Amino acid sequence: MLKTGTILFVSFSYVSLLFVIAYYGDKRADAGRSIISNPYIYALSLAVYCTAWTFYGSVGLATQSGLSFLTIYIGPTLMATLGWLVLRKIIRISKVHRITSIADFIASRYGKSPTLGGLVTIIAVVGVIPYIAVQIKAISTTFFLINQYPEISVTANTAGIPVLGDTAFYVALMLAVFAILFGTRHLDAAERHEGLVAAITFESIIKLAAFLAVGLFVTYGLYNGFADLFEKARSFSDLKSAMTIESREQSYPFFKELLTINTGAITFIDWSMYIFLSMMAILLLPRQFQVIVVENVNEEHLKKAIWLFPLYLLAINIFVLPIALAGMLRFADGSFDADTFVLTLPMAGNQQLLTLFVYLGGISAATGMVIVETIALSTMICNDLVMPFLLRLPIPAIAQRRELTGLLLGIRRGSIILVLMLGYAYFHYLGGFYALVSIGLRSFAAVAQFAPALIGGIFWKGGTRSGAISGLIAGFAILTYTSFLPSLVQIGLIDQDFVTGGPFGIELLKPYQLFGLQHFNPISHAAFWSILVNMSVYIAVSVLNRPRTIEHTQAALFVDVFKYSGETGDSLFRRGTVNLPDLTSLLARFLGKTKADEALSGYAEKHDINWDDYMTADADLVSHAERLLTGAVGSASAQIMVSSVVKEEPLGMEEVLNILDETRQVIAYSRELEKATADLKEANMQLQELDRLKDDFISTVTHELRTPLTAVRSLAEILSTNPGIDAVQLENFAAIIIKESDRLIRLVSQILDYEKIESTQMDWAVASLDLKEVINDAVDSTRQLINDKNITIDLDLTRDVPRVYGDRDRLIQVMVNIISNAVKFCDPGRGMIAVRLRAEDNQVIVEVQDNGVGINPKDLDRIFQPFHQIKNPTQGRPPGTGIGLTITKRIVDFHHGRIWVDSEPGRGAQFSFSLPINRAVSGH
Amino acid sequence: MTRESKLNKRLVALFLLGCVLFNYPILSLFNFEIPIFGLPLLFVHIFGIWCLLIALTAMATMSSSNEHKDDSDDTGG
Repeated sequence: MLKTGTILFVSFSYVSLLFVIAYYGDKRADAGRSIISNPYIYALSLAVYCTAWTFYGSVGLATQSGLSFLTIYIGPTLMATLGWLVLRKIIRISKVHRITSIADFIASRYGKSPTLGGLVTIIAVVGVIPYIAVQIKAISTTFFLINQYPEISVTANTAGIPVLGDTAFYVALMLAVFAILFGTRHLDAAERHEGLVAAITFESIIKLAAFLAVGLFVTYGLYNGFADLFEKARSFSDLKSAMTIESREQSYPFFKELLTINTGAITFIDWSMYIFLSMMAILLLPRQFQVIVVENVNEEHLKKAIWLFPLYLLAINIFVLPIALAGMLRFADGSFDADTFVLTLPMAGNQQLLTLFVYLGGISAATGMVIVETIALSTMICNDLVMPFLLRLPIPAIAQRRELTGLLLGIRRGSIILVLMLGYAYFHYLGGFYALVSIGLRSFAAVAQFAPALIGGIFWKGGTRSGAISGLIAGFAILTYTSFLPSLVQIGLIDQDFVTGGPFGIELLKPYQLFGLQHFNPISHAAFWSILVNMSVYIAVSVLNRPRTIEHTQAALFVDVFKYSGETGDSLFRRGTVNLPDLTSLLARFLGKTKADEALSGYAEKHDINWDDYMTADADLVSHAERLLTGAVGSASAQIMVSSVVKEEPLGMEEVLNILDETRQVIAYSRELEKATADLKEANMQLQELDRLKDDFISTVTHELRTPLTAVRSLAEILSTNPGIDAVQLENFAAIIIKESDRLIRLVSQILDYEKIESTQMDWAVASLDLKEVINDAVDSTRQLINDKNITIDLDLTRDVPRVYGDRDRLIQVMVNIISNAVKFCDPGRGMIAVRLRAEDNQVIVEVQDNGVGINPKDLDRIFQPFHQIKNPTQGRPPGTGIGLTITKRIVDFHHGRIWVDSEPGRGAQFSFSLPINRAVSGH
Repeated sequence: MTRESKLNKRLVALFLLGCVLFNYPILSLFNFEIPIFGLPLLFVHIFGIWCLLIALTAMATMSSSNEHKDDSDDTGG
């Protein structure tokens, strides 16, 4: 037997515990030792999403439309995976601009527009008040229910009770006290409410634990696990359908309808629309914005929260279906509201302690939501609805007050009481008419109207204020027509014909089947049309009109928040000065003297400023002051107040574009840096390639050195071991030894040359010379080579050419290299080499043509690179070191000449080099 | 590609995966009241996908944190 006194005692103890936790949280925060600064607390605080609607309503929804209750939690799960992209951006923007509510966010994005802020606030209040009423209803109903324990009474009817005798009224008052105490401690709404977060985190734990407890009790206490429960429900459903074919609509939907989609109350379209709505809700509900954005301690916490929060949602949903089925089995006559199964099942099982625990879980779910939602709404009402009005009205009492902090706090506290009383009134007078589900989803649809303006606003710079305002108004109008108006039918304010026959009998305008749209249930139908219209109008109007300067600025600052460094961001766009005393007194008016002094001295310290030297505040300080004010009174009011003291010359569009241009240049500069990095990377890769080539080179060189050395050594060995060798053979051997040694010497000197040229230590003997002599000398020294392979050489040196300056020996080397290269690739016997000399345009050109194998086009570029040897797939590596042509090119380069090669594979190659006439060669 | 954008890409991919698996028409493939270990198929499907999605998100964020640690080790050593 639970006495009323016991229940009251437990309830009050629980709420007192919340006060203690919140108080402790605030104390720790004041001492600088936060207890909420970790990702687990953050994730749990997000679970304020799970209200009494989750705790009690999910089961109710499951009995009517089966698995569709899960969509409300699948949406947030999906949105959470996007959290790092979307939520983090919103958090960053809000921190930079000290934004404290969704209304302020949207207002600030579209040029700090008070109209837009007010509009968002009104839609949010209208949309969310019924949702708050639902929570109060849940607390009140469950209190009545367990008051009767162990009797289970038919749903309590509170309609006749006078307000002052209604427990729910006092519950609402107590919640208001809590919200005022822990939600309006600081004037600066941008500051975190750590005590509040601590309390709702605790509530999140309690409601999950309570729900899991009742789930375990039902599944494993009343039944033998999931499989058993599902089996019993199935056979019961089969039995029931066999019995009540005629009166189907009076019984519960059947098992099949609950466990599949498209067979019962919900279609696949509804399913997807619900997922979409709940995706938006997790982002756009005022309380979610409060816990996700305003109360966020560290962006990094989001990283854990984006999977911990979905895990919480998963856990709190596992037992919903079992409880729903168990309730339907247990209370088969349908006498009880399925919304209360969570409580009535343990009551029916005579589980006194469990009943109390579940009751507290429900209280946790309801109070957590109400408190946070109320605080969020009160900030919006004060900063985005009341203050912009008050500050514009010429009320002497306000204009003359030196400090407005008291007024501000008063408005905020008043708004809290107002919101809660509206919620209570809705519950008291209208609450009986609707199920939890429809109210919750209607709230979702209302706040989803913010989606185009908000999501468009952070990713699309083109969205304008007029676009956002028109979109919101259009969307909300459609929502009102398709959802709020028809809901008045249930109360009796509007005739039933409006829904069934359409207004004035126009079928096409039926609010649940607008333009004849079928296959949607009323909620998804309303959501579909309102958001479609909202989005289309937002985009169309944005595209068609020109944004004002401040909208441009804010759009850039919001969309590119990660690019601009936050603190200096909007001061870029400011011009004009303020007298410092004016600014300080303005801050003192809204923040209080102490707080204002603190903020200014903090600023001075950070920027190393001595106030005595200053009489006027610069743009940066003005921006800083405006941000401070934004935290306290919202962006729209802050802007009004600052511009009232700033002698500001408003920036023209052109100037803003200039500033953006400058910023763009900074970005371009950073791009150049990136490019430089890329260049460095490429250089590094080239170095690595060179390194590889050098390794190849060393192995080639050692190989080339070894072959003649081996020959010399083995011949010398034969000579030393065979003293009686005959003279002819001796001469033969000696000739080979000499030839091989020559080859060795040639190789070694080539390598030394290369080394010298590379390290620029070559001694050059430059003199005027005749290239004909050079060519003749070179052909003479390669004659042996040419004759050995029986190659014809044809010299065409008849034309007169001017003398050039150069190093005679080196140029001979060039010719020798080119000719021996030609010889190397010619067939013995059939080879032909032509050497031509001609003058042209101040330069002398030497051409050496052969009819050898030619060069593959892809190798043409690389042939002069060091260590590059053309590999022939059939013949392998050609003899030589691979640096002959490199040395040749270096020598020609030194003479300011040019060397190139033309070739077709199979038809020979032509090497040409040119040397300038009358040009002295400069030394290094 | 920075660490941030890599994580973002993975998470967007997960989001799209979730959207596909949780909606028509994929959902209709599991839309039968057939018991799997005594539990209805659709029920098992939804909770299975849900667990999978949470696990993958956790892995994505954790691997990104680990890479972060590796990065700082590299600059240190």
